[in-house]
Amino acid sequence: MRKFLLHASLGVAVLLSLFPFYWTVVMATNTTQDVFRNPPKLTIGPHLVDNIQTVLQSVDLIAPIVNTILVAVCTTLLVLFFDSLAAFAFAKFDFPGRKMLFGLLLLMFMVPTQLALIPQFVIMAELGWVGELKALVVPAAANAFGIFWMRQYISSAVPDEMLDAANLDGAGFFRIYWSVILPVIRPGLAFLGIFTFIAAWNDYVWPLIVLLNPNKVTLQVALSQLNVGLKQDYSVLMAGALIGVLPLVILFVLFARNFIGDAIKGAVK
Amino acid sequence: MTRARSLRASWPQYLAISPFYLLFTVFLLGPTLFSLYLAFHRWDGIGEMQYVGLDQFRYLIDDGTFWLSVRNTLVIWVLSTVPMLFMALVLAALLNNTKRFVGFYRVALFIPNITSVVAIAIVFGALFANNSGLVNVTLQGLGLSGIPWLTDPWAIKVVIAMLMTWQWTGYNALIYLAGMQSVPSELYEAAKIDGAGPVRAFFSVTVPMLRPIILFTVVVSTITGMQSFTEPQVLFGNNSAVNANSGGPGQAGLTMVLYFYRTAFGQNDYGYGAAIAWAVFLIVMVFTILNWRLVQRRAD
Repeated sequence: MRKFLLHASLGVAVLLSLFPFYWTVVMATNTTQDVFRNPPKLTIGPHLVDNIQTVLQSVDLIAPIVNTILVAVCTTLLVLFFDSLAAFAFAKFDFPGRKMLFGLLLLMFMVPTQLALIPQFVIMAELGWVGELKALVVPAAANAFGIFWMRQYISSAVPDEMLDAANLDGAGFFRIYWSVILPVIRPGLAFLGIFTFIAAWNDYVWPLIVLLNPNKVTLQVALSQLNVGLKQDYSVLMAGALIGVLPLVILFVLFARNFIGDAIKGAVK
Repeated sequence: MTRARSLRASWPQYLAISPFYLLFTVFLLGPTLFSLYLAFHRWDGIGEMQYVGLDQFRYLIDDGTFWLSVRNTLVIWVLSTVPMLFMALVLAALLNNTKRFVGFYRVALFIPNITSVVAIAIVFGALFANNSGLVNVTLQGLGLSGIPWLTDPWAIKVVIAMLMTWQWTGYNALIYLAGMQSVPSELYEAAKIDGAGPVRAFFSVTVPMLRPIILFTVVVSTITGMQSFTEPQVLFGNNSAVNANSGGPGQAGLTMVLYFYRTAFGQNDYGYGAAIAWAVFLIVMVFTILNWRLVQRRAD
């Protein structure tokens, strides 16, 4: 009986957690009239293709999807490379100023991003990058969280003996990074990669500010334009929202097991 | 080794960390300092910058809209964080008592956290639509009257708070669960010997042991919750009755960061925008320290 109550309560929580997804699918596969009548239609309907076609007629979502994938993939690859390289230096080497530099990095967690937003926009305008995708990728190419997280990971996953052996062979810093460290830290890179990809995919504030050319935006900005443009045509809107959410949900469910554990570990530390 | 020689010998390490510090200087440190400078100037981004001293801050003190946004943010923060962290604690305690389906529960509870806020704000806008949104239709079906979710000043805040609660409860629950699993089982056995039931053991063993983690979640929720922007910005983006970025009817969903965005990028008032950004920073910092103190003292 106690177990039953326990799973019943958790079941309610799961239901609340997943219901918005189900409702998105229901709305995206029906017409707005069906969903907004009384009583509403609560099951999956046959209109998904129509709704997606209507979405694509009102807003071009294909280019924003390509832009988003481009930005997310480039950002992720750069972050993985630069963050793990810096983390390796911080984790395994003692060099003058190391403590101070790492402290400065930790301080960056405290500074809220909106303080820098206006000058960042001014810089982008000076560089002529307003409306360009590189305005999203370049500033995000290395970050404090990733270096911090990878440093912890390398400290615990790479034994010093491994480096000593490589040192004896006469290998330099970058050679050791490439042929000894990279293969060992793959699981850590997998987490940081998925984390960065999700963050880049969902990013909204900065793209909204800097991507001023309405024909060259990311998916989140396009969804928000769709929301403004379509007003209350919810079924069509939901077809768009579904496109915005589905790829990440699939990616997440595939990798969820390790990802959740690592995300929580990063937080608890 | 002399300092100069060790500096020279360490060139690969400096090279390795340089991309971050380069980007950090150009795109974060420099801009942050420049925004402080901007806060003492009047500038629309095109014309000449004009030094105005403390005028922007004086104006801010009397700016009713700014203080409205502060009140809104605080109310939304309380309405979301208190139920969020409480439910997370309960969920974690439940999960800690079972081995079955835990993998499934973890995924199902975590998924809201990776979902785009833009998409989910659109979905919530449909769920809570005043006329024939699913929530109001259900309420009416139960014989209750519908609630004007997207027009009433309080209901607006409740909807935004629910959105945030939906997105962050599972995340916090799994953090608490990880903390609970690292509590040594001897402590529970000792409590059992002292005659404590499961509820008693929860409050006298689990909660005190979780103190640092609870502190962490409170700090994170304060920092993220007080900087909410996307939720109200998207939720009222399709309301043709009010201006974009107004935070809905009566500006009831206008948060501090949304007001900052509207001033800086809607009205191109960079100087005043910078002053608002610094005020927001100060308020968030003071509030974070207050919460930190509060949780720590509670635990002692």
